[in-house]
Amino acid sequence: MQTNQLFLLFCTVLLLLGLVAFFIGRSKAARVRSAGGSMFAQPDQYAWFAVLSTAGPAILVGAVGALIMLLLGADIPTFYLLAASLVVAAAGLVVGIAQVRPSFHARQAIERAIRMTLASAALISIFTTFGILFSIISEAIRFFQMHSFWEFITGTTWSPGDSFLAAAGRGDGSGAQFGSVPLFAGTFMITAIAMLVAVPVGLLSAIYMSEYAPQKVRTVAKPILEILAGIPTVVYGFFAAITVAPIIVNVAGFFGLDASYNNALAPGIVMGIMIIPFISSLSDDVINSVPDTMRQGSLALGMTKGETIRDVVIPAALPGIISASLLGVSRAMGETMIVVMAAGMRPNLTANPLEDMTTVTVRIVAALTGDQEFASAETLSAFALGLVLFAVTLTLNLVSVLMIRRFREKYRVNNL
Amino acid sequence: MSHSFDDISQQLKRRHRKSARLKWISMGALGLAGLFLLLFFADMLNKGLPAFQQAYVNTEINYTEEAARDARQAIPDDLVAIVSRTEIRSIPLQMRNNENLLGTSEQRWLLVNGEVDQYLKGNRNSLSEEERTAIDERVESGQVELAFNRTFFTEGDSKTSERAGILAAVVGTVMTMIVTLAISFPIGVMTAVYLEEFAPDNRITQAIEININNLAAIPSILFGLLGLAIFINFFGVPRSSPLAGGMTLALMTLPVIIISTRAALRSVPDSIRHAAFGVGCSRWQVVRDHVLPLAMPGIMTGSIIGLAQAMGETAPLIIVGMVAFIPDVGASFTEAATVMPAQIFTWAGEPEAAFVEKTAGGILVLLAVLISLNAFAVLLRKKFERRW
Repeated sequence: MQTNQLFLLFCTVLLLLGLVAFFIGRSKAARVRSAGGSMFAQPDQYAWFAVLSTAGPAILVGAVGALIMLLLGADIPTFYLLAASLVVAAAGLVVGIAQVRPSFHARQAIERAIRMTLASAALISIFTTFGILFSIISEAIRFFQMHSFWEFITGTTWSPGDSFLAAAGRGDGSGAQFGSVPLFAGTFMITAIAMLVAVPVGLLSAIYMSEYAPQKVRTVAKPILEILAGIPTVVYGFFAAITVAPIIVNVAGFFGLDASYNNALAPGIVMGIMIIPFISSLSDDVINSVPDTMRQGSLALGMTKGETIRDVVIPAALPGIISASLLGVSRAMGETMIVVMAAGMRPNLTANPLEDMTTVTVRIVAALTGDQEFASAETLSAFALGLVLFAVTLTLNLVSVLMIRRFREKYRVNNL
Repeated sequence: MSHSFDDISQQLKRRHRKSARLKWISMGALGLAGLFLLLFFADMLNKGLPAFQQAYVNTEINYTEEAARDARQAIPDDLVAIVSRTEIRSIPLQMRNNENLLGTSEQRWLLVNGEVDQYLKGNRNSLSEEERTAIDERVESGQVELAFNRTFFTEGDSKTSERAGILAAVVGTVMTMIVTLAISFPIGVMTAVYLEEFAPDNRITQAIEININNLAAIPSILFGLLGLAIFINFFGVPRSSPLAGGMTLALMTLPVIIISTRAALRSVPDSIRHAAFGVGCSRWQVVRDHVLPLAMPGIMTGSIIGLAQAMGETAPLIIVGMVAFIPDVGASFTEAATVMPAQIFTWAGEPEAAFVEKTAGGILVLLAVLISLNAFAVLLRKKFERRW
């Protein structure tokens, strides 16, 4: 509460100082100009420069101080920190007012500051990537200090067991095994099912929309397909668990097969539906940018429309189609809610899609939503799994970008 | 040539048939996708619409001395099994808050418990045969009836299905989205403006561009790991709070806003910039007074779509703990809160059959919000889009 009031006071004083800077700066500039001197900038620009030189350094000092407190754990009392930055603000005010003279380029100074602000905003996205990498890697390293990396990659048993007891100082956690192979098997199984649904449907829809459909159908069908991508994944998860899974169990039962209610097929199919628009819209763009001269050449040689599409257009668009599919795979592997709600929790190494299987993302959620100590091996294992997930999806994305770039260079398309 | 013209025309026919087949198959694929969508919406409506109705029972409440001690005394004995426990439990509290109630009685519509509610809607329930006939009689006499479910929109989560509402989640969503937009909109637009209008074409700029495209494709759950490790564990942002969730979602929405803002800036023709430079504007003045205003509709559209995406996101919020049980509407950005998708997830995990309906009802509310947001974005684009 004390800090809140201090902070409020600080903001008020800073605001007042800024106002003072603005009006003094402007009146001084106006006075200088009316005295007959020619100036490089308008009075308002001098005024804004004064505000900038008052507030900018002060906020910077405050932010740096707060960061030092957080990073180094140094204990600077908030009061002194805010007081110091107010002193800086006052100094900035004096400097800013002193700069109001005919030979000073106030506008250029302001624009330099704006440019710096914009550039630092652009850096935030870089920081985000580093933040993800740093947070995942640092915790994953702690995990690999407890359990060997080799065992993690090749082990076929995932049973965190009583590792949470070990973190609490009871038990030695020796029963815990972190072999991630069954998790990745589940992930690949569900991803494969999803792609079996999404690639044919998505690609054929794209072919229809770009080669056959009249303009009217196109303008209606495209946004409708996009709705599929806009439905929240938690909704798909509910749909998979409540509607699709029982249907699959019934159908399997009809054929005398025994299916689990958490079978891999239901989340796989629903995930495939979700990915259809990703594949269809990118494939559509790619097929549309295959040059028309290729179609004309093929038709002129007497090929039918179907043959042209199959033997000329699709092969030409293949890099783009593969790129779209890879993006789809990457999305399917990282998809969380559908599998959390519809797939199983039990790590299960099997090739039967009717059995329950679990995935990497399910285990990440399971490890982080339990009430374990943060330092327990199970919690940390989530970050190790996250690291592998990051590496795999990053590779897929990069390959996909490279393929689409190759397509673009081959046909000199600019809008992809 | 041994082929006669007949052979060739036969062959041609075959080839044309094959060609036509591809058309029908591809048309069928599109139809299949449309069918999925139709099925999905039909299923959700079928499951969710009953959630907007709730059974109420008209009963007399006697605020007597005994009722203050044992609330069940306040209502007729044969109704105790029908009325929601939450209603009965609140009677002594009402009496304590209002001394004048003692000794009076009134006629009121009370919530019916989940099992009876499910029976009236024709769903699976655990009522015995006698109970069912007893309720049927009350329905005949008009004492029990289905009406619009106000509770669903005016209360937070509850462990009893008949009292569970979505208001706390809606408020949590609004607060989280405020944080998300307040962070990602300015930073996203500033980044896009820098990259499109100011940045020199060098290695650093290219690195930023590749990085942004990559961020857009990173699985959302990894943003949750970032939020947990950096925001919560390192910076000490309160767990489960709209602040933590909003910051996490902001980083996720950032690439969407940057990419759409860049597209909007790029669609402003260079002639505008040249004209502005020609009359002596500086770079910043060109951007501020000409390019940004012209690109604003596109930027807004992109931001709304990004916002809708963030609004439906669940995975990163689960990781930062926003799946807590929240019965009360939150009032602060640092208190535990929940959001609509997380509420849906929580309800989907409840074993009681009545919660299936609540889940689907919550989904309908969420979808309605998302569809209207997207429709608004499309309208905005249609209305203000300029072809150059």
